[in-house]
Amino acid sequence: MKLTGADILINCLVEQGVDTVFGYPGGTVLDIYDALYRSGKIDHVLTAHEQGAAHAADGYARVTGKTGVCFATSGPGATNLVTGIATAFMDSIPLVAITGNVGINFLGRDSFQEIDITGITIPITKHNFIVKDVKELAATVRRAFKIAGSGRKGPVLVDILKDVQTAKCEYAPAVPEKIVPAPVAPERLFKIAEAINAGKKPVIIAGGGVIAADASPLLCRLAEKLDCPVAYTLMGKGCIPEDDPLCLGMIGMHGTVAAAKALNEADTVIALGTRFSDRVALNRDKFAEKKVVIHVDIDDAEIDKNVRSTLHLMGDVGETLKSLLPLIDGRQRKDWLVKIEAFKKENAAKKDTSLRAYKILKAASEVAPAGSPLITDVGQHQMWAAQHYAVNSPRLFCSSGGLGTMGYGMGAAIGAAFGTGKTPVLVTGDGCFGMNMNEMMTAVSRRVPMVILLMHNGVLGMVRQWQKVFYSRRFSQTDLNRKTDYVKLAGSMGARGMTLGEGDDIESTLKRAFGAAIGESLPVLVDCIISPDENVLPMIKPGQTYDTQIEALEEN
Amino acid sequence: MEEKKYTIGALAYNKSGVLTRITGLFTRRGYNIESISACTTEDPEVSRMTIILKGDEYILYQLIKQMEKMEDVIKVGCANELDCVYRELLLVKVHAAPEMRSQIIQINEIYKAKTVDLSPQTMILEITGDPDKLDAFLKVIKPYGILEMQRTGVTALARGSHTLKDRDGGEYKILDKNAD
Repeated sequence: MKLTGADILINCLVEQGVDTVFGYPGGTVLDIYDALYRSGKIDHVLTAHEQGAAHAADGYARVTGKTGVCFATSGPGATNLVTGIATAFMDSIPLVAITGNVGINFLGRDSFQEIDITGITIPITKHNFIVKDVKELAATVRRAFKIAGSGRKGPVLVDILKDVQTAKCEYAPAVPEKIVPAPVAPERLFKIAEAINAGKKPVIIAGGGVIAADASPLLCRLAEKLDCPVAYTLMGKGCIPEDDPLCLGMIGMHGTVAAAKALNEADTVIALGTRFSDRVALNRDKFAEKKVVIHVDIDDAEIDKNVRSTLHLMGDVGETLKSLLPLIDGRQRKDWLVKIEAFKKENAAKKDTSLRAYKILKAASEVAPAGSPLITDVGQHQMWAAQHYAVNSPRLFCSSGGLGTMGYGMGAAIGAAFGTGKTPVLVTGDGCFGMNMNEMMTAVSRRVPMVILLMHNGVLGMVRQWQKVFYSRRFSQTDLNRKTDYVKLAGSMGARGMTLGEGDDIESTLKRAFGAAIGESLPVLVDCIISPDENVLPMIKPGQTYDTQIEALEEN
Repeated sequence: MEEKKYTIGALAYNKSGVLTRITGLFTRRGYNIESISACTTEDPEVSRMTIILKGDEYILYQLIKQMEKMEDVIKVGCANELDCVYRELLLVKVHAAPEMRSQIIQINEIYKAKTVDLSPQTMILEITGDPDKLDAFLKVIKPYGILEMQRTGVTALARGSHTLKDRDGGEYKILDKNAD
């Protein structure tokens, strides 16, 4: 069957099981959009900005585990994807970005809307392609999906020249190759099992790799069998129920007191699917010093990159745990768990429950219907959400961890809504919301129910907090001084807005918000007024160790 | 860790942009590369490159592992522990007024260099050898006045039947604590 390149592309996407794409049309993707229109097999979500489309594809991928797909035209369309692709790259999220480019006759001549997007995205993709021959298109698209979804997952960009989209060639349908994680080397497993079995006070650090491998049940089994507490990284949130007695909460710069104390006390650290970023291993040379560190990661390059491990294993966390579990001796560690319990009590006692943000997030996590994904932007509200909003299952938490992309949330929430069919809760701040609030229009167009909790403090809170701690309260450019009426703003876009002022009842307001969002199938923005002086605590300063966790801000 | 020079051999698919990807990786991760030479092999679809890295063992293993993750890279190996033949080619254009020529030709003979071009005031000399030999030759030639020069960078092959293609992770031996 002879088809045009554009039709081949759409067919290949359908082959891969793609039913939703996020994108924005333009000159060099007209043929692709025409094929999309004629095919009718793929739901296309038209965003307000290509960055929103990339974040939406990312959010969709995080909640579904499938590969997210976004479309953009050449030039500015393609460059607008860059932040979204980089976000996915840093967090190892499978994404296929399709861009158009000018025809071969115009390539390399600085033509209108021509940009070397493959050149630009080399450092932020697992791999990328420019397709100049229609005969290579199908194989390239199939390969792109294979690369994105295998090993350490990540984004792949396919740049398709305009004349490739119109050229015809023979197309033969193909069933996508099933991606199976490689089995792990058994001789290594024995050594690792031996070390784990020898540990007296073990602690597990679970990262995004646990989520990516869908290994949460196996992780919980390991923890239970070992009687071993689990601290999760930001990327690992959701891998263990928060109310599990073995769950310590988040570890890191703004991690819990319980996680920090458990780590300090532990003799064995079992790191699963985590890369010891500088927000976790704040001082990589002293992190877990003199402890047995067992590192399991799918990417060999992560082994010994930041923290030197005692033993390591390169492999998918799920495959590893499957083979490892039978080798682990069931243990009861009464003394260790008594200590852990004490740490958790201390943690609860030290929580600043007077924070308005804490109260709102805690209430939201209780009011939100089961299965609602939590999406955050980046900054203070992100850390508060990670600390106080209970996420009890994997793939219900989307946050830009590695890149820390302000403006990630709106797009990601739309993607998460399409991925789950549920009502996402977006926790954002007025700084972040200002970056990509335009996607609220998209959410309205597509009648996406969601509740946007806008932590409105009028400042860039996290930067301001650092200015308090490290820059003697010189608040350089962190006071927003905006006069935006967010309720009216939401209303003008066709969404609903509500105010949650200092005197208003949190629970009833949130209940109304969820009721309206679900009832009217619309985004509902809740303008949550909070003080600019609320801080994210506890905190470990950059480069410091876990015994220096501060619980109150010493301002200078 | 101790800083030294490592010779790294790599095979990669001969796709457009593959060298950009590899050198981009070195730049963004801050690896200190002294030279890189690359060209196609007996298989026109495969390129081979020799990379000279200045760094410690940590950088060496990071470089190898990061390179091996690249889609277009087939194989990477460090050749330091192997007995290798190292070769580099140098072309150098020197001032050679007629009264100086015989001296330069004498130096050429000792170093087994060749004169490949002669003009009334200049000569181009060609020499092949390991980098130390080239350094020594340059030192002797320098007083005559170097107008311009070009070195190709080092290329290396291991002696014996051993090939990079057939290596299986032997390069990890130094760091691999799990190996028996």
